[in-house]
Amino acid sequence: MNAPAASSPHRELGLTDAEFDLIVAQLGREPNRVELAMFSLLWSEHCAYKHSRKLLRRLPTEGERVVMGPGENAGAVSIGEAHAIAFKVESHNHPSAVEPFQGAATGVGGILRDVFALGARPIAILDSLRFGELDSLRSRHLLDGAVRGIGHYGNSIGVPTVGGEIYFEAPYEHNCLVNAMCVGIAKRDEMVRAAAAGVGNAVVLIGASTGRDGIGGASVLASAELGDGDEAKRPTVQIGDPFEESRVLECCLELLGKGLLVSLQDLGAAGLTSSASEMAAAGGVGIDIDVARVPLREADMEPFEIMVSESQERMLAVVEPGRVDEVLAVCEKWQTGGAEIGAIADSGLVRVLRDGEVVGEMPVEALVDGCPLYDLEPAEPGGWIYGNRATLGASATAAETLLALLGAPSVASKRWAFEQYDSIVGSRTARRPESADAAVLAIPEADAAIAVSIDGNGRRVACDPYAGTVEAVLECTQNLACAGAEPLGLTNCLNFGNPEKPATAWQLDRSVQGLADACEALGVPVVGGNVSLYNEGPEGPIYPTPVVGMVGELPDPLLAAPSAFATAGDAIALLGPFEPTLAGSELAKLRGELGAGLPQPDVAAVAAACAAVCAAVRAGKLASAHDVSDGGLACALAEAAIGAGLGCEVDLQHLRERGCSPEEALFGEGPGGFLISGEREKLESLAGDGVAVLPLGRVGGEAIEIAAGDRSLTVPLAEAERAWRSLGERLASLAT
Amino acid sequence: MVWGVLQFPGSCDERDALHACELAGGEARLIWHEERDLGGIDAVVVPGGFSYGDYLRAGAIARFSPAMEAVAEFAGRGGPVLGICNGFQVLCEADLLPGALLVNENLRFVCRQVDLIAAFSGSEGGKSCDRPDEALSIPAKHGEGRYWAPDEMLDAIEANGQVAFRYAPGQNPNGSARDIAGVRNEAGNVLGLMPHPEHAVDAMTGSTDGLRVFDAVAGARA
Amino acid sequence: MGAVRARVLIRPKEGILDPQGKAVERALPALGFEGVGHVRVGRLVELEADDPAQLPALCEKLLANPLIEDFEIESIDGA
Repeated sequence: MNAPAASSPHRELGLTDAEFDLIVAQLGREPNRVELAMFSLLWSEHCAYKHSRKLLRRLPTEGERVVMGPGENAGAVSIGEAHAIAFKVESHNHPSAVEPFQGAATGVGGILRDVFALGARPIAILDSLRFGELDSLRSRHLLDGAVRGIGHYGNSIGVPTVGGEIYFEAPYEHNCLVNAMCVGIAKRDEMVRAAAAGVGNAVVLIGASTGRDGIGGASVLASAELGDGDEAKRPTVQIGDPFEESRVLECCLELLGKGLLVSLQDLGAAGLTSSASEMAAAGGVGIDIDVARVPLREADMEPFEIMVSESQERMLAVVEPGRVDEVLAVCEKWQTGGAEIGAIADSGLVRVLRDGEVVGEMPVEALVDGCPLYDLEPAEPGGWIYGNRATLGASATAAETLLALLGAPSVASKRWAFEQYDSIVGSRTARRPESADAAVLAIPEADAAIAVSIDGNGRRVACDPYAGTVEAVLECTQNLACAGAEPLGLTNCLNFGNPEKPATAWQLDRSVQGLADACEALGVPVVGGNVSLYNEGPEGPIYPTPVVGMVGELPDPLLAAPSAFATAGDAIALLGPFEPTLAGSELAKLRGELGAGLPQPDVAAVAAACAAVCAAVRAGKLASAHDVSDGGLACALAEAAIGAGLGCEVDLQHLRERGCSPEEALFGEGPGGFLISGEREKLESLAGDGVAVLPLGRVGGEAIEIAAGDRSLTVPLAEAERAWRSLGERLASLAT
Repeated sequence: MVWGVLQFPGSCDERDALHACELAGGEARLIWHEERDLGGIDAVVVPGGFSYGDYLRAGAIARFSPAMEAVAEFAGRGGPVLGICNGFQVLCEADLLPGALLVNENLRFVCRQVDLIAAFSGSEGGKSCDRPDEALSIPAKHGEGRYWAPDEMLDAIEANGQVAFRYAPGQNPNGSARDIAGVRNEAGNVLGLMPHPEHAVDAMTGSTDGLRVFDAVAGARA
Repeated sequence: MGAVRARVLIRPKEGILDPQGKAVERALPALGFEGVGHVRVGRLVELEADDPAQLPALCEKLLANPLIEDFEIESIDGA
């Protein structure tokens, strides 16, 4: 019987007594300090996915375009004869909640490394951010820091930030979300996997020297609920150096281009511990690491500190012994570090040495796959478990309501943020932020183009985790369709609260099911992802927030339709099975009327509409295409009008015949709606094959005029634009 | 016409510049910062990015590279040199161009399409940019692009016709003195500007007006 | 005889707009600190030099841009 001592280090490191006993059983002895530190990190939620791994098995991961799937540093899909698009989204929530600038910056740095670890050159970054409401000083501070941090890292390294989304909701006040997605392009024959191979091969650490950054970060920062003590955690925050990363990136791509590496892996959470163990596990080999050979930034670091350090801008490579000198010469050329720190062994062990003396020795399998996986104990909560706060009176007129929605920070233009990002470096960006529903990038290497979108409305997922998650996938698909792109693959980041709580477990379970079913129905493989749990503040969990990133292909970047109207006189129509309700809508939020439940989406009908729009865009039949999303059809109309500097005259009579009230027709939300404009005959020709096209009106004038029975409205274009562009001014007038 | 595009550790826009040089007509090749010999090129581009991480001051470290020594000699012989964004900062730090670039007035990086008024006044060089009535649509993207020089120096460069580009009225994105976006040296063969003409060479990415800047530099060849 | 430890203080020249200084100045009243003005934000470089006589030239050439910045050299060792 193992009675844990009164002060048990394993508990402080986040391991349960049962987990500790299991480690002892697997080792046949008590772990020493190095081993305990390494086990505690690899058996943390962040590395072991112990509460989510079983659920993730539901996701479809196969497809004919899949080049690399889950388990690699990033997923990849094929494009053209010889190339692949690599992409992944990852969270850096807890570090960003502690120190937003460095947290967001190193989040970008980490996801870039995941992509170039495959041998892909990063060509785009997108971000999905969540903060509390803007009237909170803390939220503004986090927003400002995160946006600066993303810009600092992405701009400096020369990878364009081409898109993203930001939502402001009270449940994120204490636990903001910073999810970064990177897209890269690789030659398929130069890509490498993360699996270590070749007994006797050398292990080379490339990049920055190792300091005491983020020690204990993976278990303390990534798996503990944040409370009032976040200030004390500041010393463990990692500092990013994009200049170092740009040299490491060029160095690694040159090494891979010359065929000098057997495998490559980035050092992320849990540093050398996780990258060495995971490379060994994937290759079915053992690995020896001599910590005395790791270049240090601070003298007298303990072996366990070196093994768990989260110093940024480092990569671990496996190299044939005869080529180590060549590898180190390339490192020198790029003025970045390169050191042979170990070797691949046939021992099946991770052995940590110091000057040849063994200071830790663990079976790879116990470290990487020995952690118990837990079943969730989901229980549906009785109703709406989050708050409600009315900020818009019931007496507001339809025009006032539209202006309030356009000015709501989650709906308003995010120009303030995206102008702080370089969106054009690389000369691929054919559609800049806000000019189309998806970012569009030219891929001249494959004589093609890709469209990329990232979405996930946590509020709607909170209303109904299953339907809300299906909607997130549908929204991405709709965004791609507006750009004329067909989906190739999907990545996701599941941001949830504490999975040990039944209500959160239920959200997670339903959400993953929704993701699986939607991907299955649409035939889109999930090629990678990330899970971030324990996102809670003192008042409870965040909104359950599955963030979906999707990459699609289109034949020519110039085909992508703009989201703004183009020409006065063009007809406007609504395409698709859009059946708006106020459930979970931005308007319900402003009125303080949020509650549980959403209508169940008809995925097949939405897919048919997407196919029709995609084909019409490619055929050049549409002057504009914009999906109907936050704030409903009225906001979609206003956005398309503001972007063009043209008004519109619209009658929602046909939509109301679907059974909507005037208010639902104007401001209701739901999947499946496309706002399209162009020549009337061309729009009408899209109807059929289960796709409905409702004429709405025409482009022109200097106001947004919408006839909707007793809620008809006229708002001058300039007034709508002022409301929609109010975010920057609001932030400038408030302290951060 | 052979263009050389410098590459420092931390350069970001060197491939874009290479591509733009080719579109502007001619061959182009990268010149690694350690090369002392520019190898018979006809014009040099010092590209944008964050050479040496912009640490210390933007451009302060790159100016001491061997390749920059060669560029200074090349410029001294009348060779055409174009500095874009970080390259402009490097040329100012190297005293090849007057003035300095400071952190943007609002302390934020800005990425925005701006209209530039080309203001070449002399007959030497700058042929295709001598269109004071016509704006060029070119993107700017930088965090340290506020052009500054003492008033006497500003008066002097204005009098000499060394102000090459100004932001169109109301479009100054960074607080630059007298809306100055780009300047030339006295001889007219060294040109620097903050906005990125190499990102305005293809209708696919928004504009082709940047080609005129490259034409002007090519035209400044002695 | 070892190297001399020195500290170089670099600040924007008088008269040059220093938006970082202004931002600090604007933030202070909101935090309850009244009556603080003329904030200038600069840089501090610490170094060890075998030959302190070369410090001024080194500052002029690299550490500061004399067009826009002033600098001061302080010895740390109190020599």
